[in-house]
Amino acid sequence: MKKAPIHRFADSPIHRFTHSPIFIALWLALLFLPFKGLEAAGVLFIVLFAAVSLLRVFKNYAGKIKGLLSSLKKFISGRIRIKLPESKTRSIALTLLMSVVVMALPFYGHDYLIDIAVLSGIYIILAQGLNIVVGFTGLLNLGFVAFYAIGAYSYALLNTKLGIGFWASLPLSVMLVTLSGFILAIPALRLKGDYLAIVTLGFGEIVRLVLNNWDSFTKGPNGIGGIEPPHIFGMQISRLGQFYYFIIIFVLLAVFIIRRVAASRIGRAWIAIREDEIASSSIGINTTAYKLYSFAFGAFWAGLAGVLFAAKMQFVSPESFTFMESVLILCMVILGGLGSIPGVILGAIILVMLPEMLREVQLYRMLALGSGLVMLMIFRPQGLMGGKGVSFRS
Amino acid sequence: MYLLEVRDLTKHFGGIRAIEEVRFRVKEGSIMSIIGPNGAGKTTLFNCLTGITRPTKGAISFFDREITRLGRDSIVKLGVARTFQNIRLFKEMTVIENVMVSQHCRTQSGFLSAIIRSSSFRNEEKTIREKALEYLELVGLEAYSDTIAGSLPYGSQKRLEIARAIATEPRLILLDEPTAGMNPQETGEMMGLIKKLQELGKTIILIEHDMKVVMGISENIVVLDHGVKIAEGTPSEIKSNSMVIEAYLGKEH
Repeated sequence: MKKAPIHRFADSPIHRFTHSPIFIALWLALLFLPFKGLEAAGVLFIVLFAAVSLLRVFKNYAGKIKGLLSSLKKFISGRIRIKLPESKTRSIALTLLMSVVVMALPFYGHDYLIDIAVLSGIYIILAQGLNIVVGFTGLLNLGFVAFYAIGAYSYALLNTKLGIGFWASLPLSVMLVTLSGFILAIPALRLKGDYLAIVTLGFGEIVRLVLNNWDSFTKGPNGIGGIEPPHIFGMQISRLGQFYYFIIIFVLLAVFIIRRVAASRIGRAWIAIREDEIASSSIGINTTAYKLYSFAFGAFWAGLAGVLFAAKMQFVSPESFTFMESVLILCMVILGGLGSIPGVILGAIILVMLPEMLREVQLYRMLALGSGLVMLMIFRPQGLMGGKGVSFRS
Repeated sequence: MYLLEVRDLTKHFGGIRAIEEVRFRVKEGSIMSIIGPNGAGKTTLFNCLTGITRPTKGAISFFDREITRLGRDSIVKLGVARTFQNIRLFKEMTVIENVMVSQHCRTQSGFLSAIIRSSSFRNEEKTIREKALEYLELVGLEAYSDTIAGSLPYGSQKRLEIARAIATEPRLILLDEPTAGMNPQETGEMMGLIKKLQELGKTIILIEHDMKVVMGISENIVVLDHGVKIAEGTPSEIKSNSMVIEAYLGKEH
């Protein structure tokens, strides 16, 4: 059905005059005249005239630009889409090839690459942890780095102050972090959506500030050095290559366990809460308890990542646990696809690797990264591998 | 034996009296309808029964057990399930996942058994899936088990919500406008489904505007107007009740 014309006089000469750039610029400049004098008004007139004319020109091309953008979008999204292997043999071959590439990395890669790979591994565990909270359960946590920091600092302190080794500290630290996840969750889970995000953000900052200012205990901004690397069968794991395999074991463990939990009734309950909290409580899910579990289970992995980080760096300081770090982890989850385990692995690798690769263009590095993320959100809002469109509801 | 007993239930939202001292009893295995003009407090009553809103005053007992102050999930566990007026499915989950997750309160495997995939866990998963298919068959959606729930047509979404309610193994099912927005044929099918649920031994309370449905299947009708119960009785009693006619059509002048 054709719409009735709204402006009957749209084509009349009066209308054309009052809507011409020169009239608009003159009118506004005249209004401005009494305040700033003739000279300023004149400048304003010229600027306005130019701006409005330019806008008009672009308006005429708006349709064309839109068409161009949408064809570009089609072109890019056609390229970006990751094609999954169709046949089973192909997928097995691909998995084998990938595992060979990953497992043999220390033999062909130089130290710089291995170092980045180890860092990617730590971030994969972290991002998987956040994915449980944000991706599965739909709770926006902006202070996730706090759990990472508590994990790293508890190993650092247990090791340097009490001389407890890696394997004994690991369960202690992770338990402590899980407990702190519970403690944060109890007050925070009364809140929803944006409010929860703000509270978790506050929690992240509190933890960082405590670490920064409690000089007598954490050595403040100087950080804690001399942390012992882990031992296996009396062998110290301090060489990069060794640490690489060490991390891979933990990454595999994390992915394995999280996948299984996600595919159980617990994972289903989390997703139900993300989809509709009232409905999920109306089918008998104790939403408070399951949100609590989600928080604590996510924190568990962040704690593990923290311990590994401290063991690798052999040094921790509050600088590593800023708000930007929380944002980076969240970006990994969103980039990869909320709720998608392989997607989040990919997201973590990309966001660790990309800034390193873009070192060539130093100055524009962050700009390129930022615009890349913006493009992704426009063309693939569900993330690289997220099949489901997830939005935050409050 | 009464399955549900509501005594002097009152809910005020600030100054608004949504429900005022409503009382009624529901016999086990019966179908009851709650009718009334828009804003009469029907959905608020359902929300009170399922723990979504806390009543200001009054008591609800289910099988001689006080459930007024219980949490939503505990009420479901005792055997009260519901559907929603504006469908609340888990839209991004598949049809079968929707029904599987609804058996949550009847299952118990925890983190550890999920991680090690113990035999009890695997058995439980298998039973959940089988039962889910059974429930889908009951509502006639077994062919769509792997469809994303949000992409189902409206009528099927309504039926999926009922399957989800049944999956919690309730004794009492509260249906909030099950036939709203349906064509006559779909309405007929829905009536058949509700009767089938009754045959399965479920007690049903429905909120409904379609008088053909209300008069056709309910044994007992409660009429609310401005939060107050103005009448209760069998369909024929309600049809001739002057208070009800007044509430719906206005006073005769």
